[in-house]
Amino acid sequence: MEKRVTFGRWTIGILFAVPQLLLIFTFFYWPAGQAVYWSLTLQQPWGGGNIWVGLDNFRSILANADYWNSITASMIFAGISTGLAMIIALVLAALTDRQLAGSWLYRVVLIWPYGIAAPALALAFRFILAPEAGFMAAVNKFWPGFWDPGLNGADAMASVIIAFSWKYVGYNFIFFLAALQAIPRSLIEAAAMDGSGVVRRFWDIQFPLITPTIFFLLVINITESFQDSFGIVDIMTAGGPANATNLMVYKIYSDGFKGLDYSGAAAQSIILMLLIVLLTIVQFRFIERRVHYR
Amino acid sequence: MTIIKRGFAALAAGALSTALAVPAFAEPVKFDFWFGLSGDLARVVDTLCKNFNASQSDYEVVCTSQGNYDATLQNTIAAFRAGKQPTVVQVYDVGTATMMLSGAYKPADKLMEENGYKIDYSDYFPGIARYYATSKGEMLSFPFNSSTALMYWNKDAFAKIGKTEAPKTWEDVGADLKALKDAGYDCPMAINISGNESWQLMEQFSAIHNQPIATKNNGYDGLDARLEMNKTKFVQYVTDLKKWYDDGLIKIKSKDLGQDMVQAFATGTCQVIMTSVGDHGTVGKTQKEGMNWDVAELPVYAGTERKNSLVGGASLWVLSGKSDAEYKGAAAFLNFIHDPKTALFWSTNTGYIPVTKSGFEYMKSSGFYDKAPYKGREVAIASLTASEPTEITRGIRLGNFTQIRAEFGTQMQAIFANKESVQDGIDALVKNGDAILDRFQQTYPNKTLP
Repeated sequence: MEKRVTFGRWTIGILFAVPQLLLIFTFFYWPAGQAVYWSLTLQQPWGGGNIWVGLDNFRSILANADYWNSITASMIFAGISTGLAMIIALVLAALTDRQLAGSWLYRVVLIWPYGIAAPALALAFRFILAPEAGFMAAVNKFWPGFWDPGLNGADAMASVIIAFSWKYVGYNFIFFLAALQAIPRSLIEAAAMDGSGVVRRFWDIQFPLITPTIFFLLVINITESFQDSFGIVDIMTAGGPANATNLMVYKIYSDGFKGLDYSGAAAQSIILMLLIVLLTIVQFRFIERRVHYR
Repeated sequence: MTIIKRGFAALAAGALSTALAVPAFAEPVKFDFWFGLSGDLARVVDTLCKNFNASQSDYEVVCTSQGNYDATLQNTIAAFRAGKQPTVVQVYDVGTATMMLSGAYKPADKLMEENGYKIDYSDYFPGIARYYATSKGEMLSFPFNSSTALMYWNKDAFAKIGKTEAPKTWEDVGADLKALKDAGYDCPMAINISGNESWQLMEQFSAIHNQPIATKNNGYDGLDARLEMNKTKFVQYVTDLKKWYDDGLIKIKSKDLGQDMVQAFATGTCQVIMTSVGDHGTVGKTQKEGMNWDVAELPVYAGTERKNSLVGGASLWVLSGKSDAEYKGAAAFLNFIHDPKTALFWSTNTGYIPVTKSGFEYMKSSGFYDKAPYKGREVAIASLTASEPTEITRGIRLGNFTQIRAEFGTQMQAIFANKESVQDGIDALVKNGDAILDRFQQTYPNKTLP
């Protein structure tokens, strides 16, 4: 008795896989390969002569102080915005997970931010955080020169971090809430009957049970903070003032597209890709071990 | 099956009848024109295209806005690499050197000659023509939307300090700004220090003071030109601006901060700005009710012999690799744009200046500059033609100039935020800018500017 489903020929299997493979090849491997090739040449924008320069592009980028400044800015941005987005989302999720009347409303409201496109979001925050209008103008009146993202690099960095975290709070919130809701109520009720308070129950029962979600979000958030920050930076600060918010992904865009330096931008995107791969490996090696899977 | 067959037959018959109909009406030759203006200005371009299409029946130009100058150049390059480039494209002033080395264009003067149009190139204002011409004077592209920077000043505010004229020297500017401040004006003058403002603060200033931006006559004489504005009057200028900023006489206004310079001036918040004559219309349309203002040429330092200011804006390039029929259409289109009547339409509806002497004369004779909303725009022509262009004031011919402008913004921000001294900041601008020029030169080995 043959119980397995069998195909007449193994080629049919391949045939089904081909569209997928083709898509991956066209939209990932081919462009990635192209980027590697470009990073080793000097590309003339209009095509024509391409000069093989080997690793020169990498050498000149790594010798550039602005590039190192851009790496530092990206790290600061990734660290603070990921931290903020995750902690705030976790707190909110823990609060809305409780049996409260109307908590569905909070959930909907908190999920919304993620649905807003980065440019629209950035535009909104540009107005909200403008030093001469709205709330910050009032603060500046009271305390002159307190908020000046146009010239103060730290203020500008704070602006983009606030906008980015705000977006990802919504995203993280969905996952945290789902994870919290997946925990059997009986566990929490048993603890409650034993007399443990809300905070104790959270740290001893809920938090350990959602560590896989926390880990997943950490990886995603850090990766996204390196890649998805582009739209927000472009609209809010354009990398300024004085390169304070010139994150790696934004520098790639401005060098490559505005500056028509395709080779330099290709080399930078290779470095960025390696950095993200490296960060992900580090996270999986060192943090995943502490993650508790059920 | 029969239904499908019948369908195909019907389709084929339809196709055949259209194919047969074509020769009778001689379908016009279509060609693409990509441009970088958007919003109100894009609508004016669309009207211009419609007027061209209505003026004759042989050609049809299809005009498409690409959003802005950067995107237009990026999209055109991408299209060119894919072999789908437009026939005519609008490229901004600073893209000129990049275009010249691209090898992707058909020289505009050759195109016109081949198609039997006789254009008098001496009719172009020399400051405008030389920006887009080779060092030998051949016109590679046609000037289209041209502007220059002017000083906008609030007459009401100046009346309060007993002045009826705009300051002519930077020394006077300093005194006037101080007086305005003392008279209770919170923002005597607004500037912006982003990369694009390099156009007014660095390029226009250097031109009218006959100070070089780079060696080799601003790059006209070779790709090995290197920046040198850290040794010119520009340093003094930035020092003064910074001092006035520190004293509260100048405020920085930009869109990111909530209000740009033009808005700040039009609403009466700030009393003096320097911006393109292209904003003349916007200020007029959005100004505070009853505000009296005027425009003047940019000031110079005392004892300077004023030279012509630089042209800003963009020119029209005809790209290579198109059919003869499309080139005929492009030539007709360029000829149409060159017409003084088109110049009048264009300048009335935008704020850009006419690029030819005949266009200017035509507009003057039609009384354009006497009418209220347009009065003052002739100052731009005076500024552009203040002198015969020198080796330095004919333009700037540097590769990757967009990146150099971005670097200008970065260093100005560092200077104004007290992270660097004025001299250190401009030295850094020169050093980093030179690296950008180096890279451009490496990308085009063995090539020289035409």
